[in-house]
Amino acid sequence: MYTTEELARFPLLADLTESQLERVGSLGHTVTFATGHRIIEEGRPADRCWLIRSGRVALQTPLPNNAASTVQTLGPGDVLGWSWLLAPYRWRFDGVATEPVEAIEIDAVQLREFATHDCRLGYPLAMRLLEALADRLHGTRARLIDMYGSPRAS
Amino acid sequence: MSSVIDRAGLNALVETLAARGYRVVGPTVRDDAIVLAELSSGADLPDGWGVDVAPGSYRLHRRTDAAVFAHSTGQQSWKEFLHPPRRPIWSSDGSTYRLADDEPPRYAFLGVRACDLASIAVLGRVLGGGAQPDGSFQRRRQGLFVIAVGCTEPGGLCFCASLGTGPAPGPGYDLSLTERVDDAGATYVVTVGTDEGAQVLADLEHREATPAEVDEADAAVAAAAEHMGRELPDTDLRTLFRDGRESPIWDEVANRCLTCGNCTMVCPTCFCTTTEDQTDLAGGTAERSQRWASCYEIDFSYLHGGSVRVSGANRYRQWISHKLGTWQDQFGSSGCVGCGRCIAWCPVGIDITVEAGKLAEEARDVHD
Amino acid sequence: MLADPMLPVPYSVARRHVETADSATLLLEPVAEALPAFEPGQFTMLCVPGVGEVAISISGANGTGTLTQTVRDVGAVSRALHDAEPGATLGVRGPYGVGWGVASAIGRDVVVVAGGVGLAPLRPVVLALLADRASFGRMVLIVGARNPEEFLFREQLLGWTQHSDLEVELTVDVPAPEWVGPVGFVTEPLARLDIDPTRTTAFLCGPEPMMRFSADVLLRKGVAAEHIRVSLERNMKCGVGLCGHCQLGPLLVCRDGPVVTYDVAAPLLAIRGL
Repeated sequence: MYTTEELARFPLLADLTESQLERVGSLGHTVTFATGHRIIEEGRPADRCWLIRSGRVALQTPLPNNAASTVQTLGPGDVLGWSWLLAPYRWRFDGVATEPVEAIEIDAVQLREFATHDCRLGYPLAMRLLEALADRLHGTRARLIDMYGSPRAS
Repeated sequence: MSSVIDRAGLNALVETLAARGYRVVGPTVRDDAIVLAELSSGADLPDGWGVDVAPGSYRLHRRTDAAVFAHSTGQQSWKEFLHPPRRPIWSSDGSTYRLADDEPPRYAFLGVRACDLASIAVLGRVLGGGAQPDGSFQRRRQGLFVIAVGCTEPGGLCFCASLGTGPAPGPGYDLSLTERVDDAGATYVVTVGTDEGAQVLADLEHREATPAEVDEADAAVAAAAEHMGRELPDTDLRTLFRDGRESPIWDEVANRCLTCGNCTMVCPTCFCTTTEDQTDLAGGTAERSQRWASCYEIDFSYLHGGSVRVSGANRYRQWISHKLGTWQDQFGSSGCVGCGRCIAWCPVGIDITVEAGKLAEEARDVHD
Repeated sequence: MLADPMLPVPYSVARRHVETADSATLLLEPVAEALPAFEPGQFTMLCVPGVGEVAISISGANGTGTLTQTVRDVGAVSRALHDAEPGATLGVRGPYGVGWGVASAIGRDVVVVAGGVGLAPLRPVVLALLADRASFGRMVLIVGARNPEEFLFREQLLGWTQHSDLEVELTVDVPAPEWVGPVGFVTEPLARLDIDPTRTTAFLCGPEPMMRFSADVLLRKGVAAEHIRVSLERNMKCGVGLCGHCQLGPLLVCRDGPVVTYDVAAPLLAIRGL
């Protein structure tokens, strides 16, 4: 189980009030995934999200030759899954546990309902999700610069 | 106590210094300019020559009197001798390193203006004042004998008074001269700065200066402070340049600046150097030498992959901000002594005092 | 005659270890006279006679007069150094510059973030921390590389991941077939760290954007800029404050750095072309 105190430590939920945390908490339960488990799959309905307590999840996309395609890994404190907030509510990547994962799984359909009808919950949640996405986008862009690459190559 | 020597005394001064083993360097006329060169006798001095300077311009003219030191600073400065444009550092057979032979002559500098005397002190702090002093500079400076001259006739580009480096010579001289010219010719009020200076003076025919002569000489030098052709803004330049890093004036200067580096070559305190390696054809011996470098060179700030200061705006900003601002952070004093050389020898006449003034005005506008 | 700081001291290459496609670590032994001991974060000027001289990080522990230096082939001089085989003689001057000041972190938690060859000058920090483990609190090492082949000191890093005294996160920019570890920029594992900002000292080294981005994450967590140290890189010809090349505003990086606190570095790194 988990307490509202633990929930509040996840950046996604950091701005919520105690009663909001209780509401969100009521939508979730703890889960574990073994290494190799495909938690989400590209194109499938995005009806849940996970607050990762421990372990690592790789975001991938299937390639016909089964080559490595991990674009990013997520770890403790991160939220796995945000496509539930935006139409068409389908996953854009696969999420595979590359280590045993323990997480809090939240019913994202319900969470979206709450957020849509209560902007005092929805707004801080959306802003925190935007922040997480902005940080991921920043990290991705930093990698695109290839700043460790050899200056000889340029 | 001060003394007086006459024009013949200058010739005797050159002679006695040469006899004492000094290589005497002073101003002399060559190629339509007053250059600093080894003097074979006092007759080489530029009697009766004056100069007209303006941004991007330097011309000699004949004076109506016989003054020897009434010309403002020329293209060269004393760093040429203390911090040579090129010098070998070491040679190597590939496994051992041998310091290049470097037993510099003992120089006597004759006719060092206050600004240039200050520049020697500035170089001393940069090249000789750190934890790892430049041995070549140290050796050259150690045996130095300096005869300063007080400025009575500053040039149109002078601004030493703004920096407190002149027109009266500060400490660091062995002898200091103040020139006085009348119908009877030139005479020099001599002030002794060191024991060795006193010994050299004793070799010369001289007489005691009267209080009136000393007062007159001091007054003439003091009056020169009122006749500076240029001045720097009266503000904390370190703060001004630190806060002005993103000013639009840098782009404006860059429209004119050719990034030729002349200002850095003629500046008496610009000290930057780079090194070059050479091997003999067989590849058995390598030699490293040092030469002056300039922050206007595109590859001066080169890091693998590219240079940091690519634009002319970046490089002009670096030069002036270092000279007037960050030099104080790095070495505890301004890097500028107010000699005006960088203005005269800028091919497009960019004026350090004008650019500093613009920045100060812009800062005032922001704060008003 | 006065000692001349520009005169190299001969060292011979005792061992050469290939780290990556373009980096090698040289173990240098003095031919006769040895240079003084160094502080982690200091550098030397390494010279191949006839080719030139460049500033190179010291990447190993203080030994019995030996120097461990990691060279990346990025230009004519660094290529000649990188290619130096055992038995070759190199010229060395140094050690120079201000180091990391590891002692200032005694009693505190330490976060070390390295990107690419930025790990080279930080390895002596990790070795110093491990050698005096009890004097420090929590110890975290985050290392980023372009891909798994480009980690310096790979075997040692893998050994450290097994070390209970040290939390290690190795992350790569580009996925690779056999890599099951983290994929992401160093800022991502750094952002996940749950640290006490009041008792954390951070040491950062890597490309300038990597240090800026990492420092930003730490500042957002509440770590004071004075407790974030970065190692700067600028063109150096002399290493001793005489040649003027390595200026960064008020700093002579060779003399006042290469390691400076981020309150000093941040306003300077924010100015383009300074």
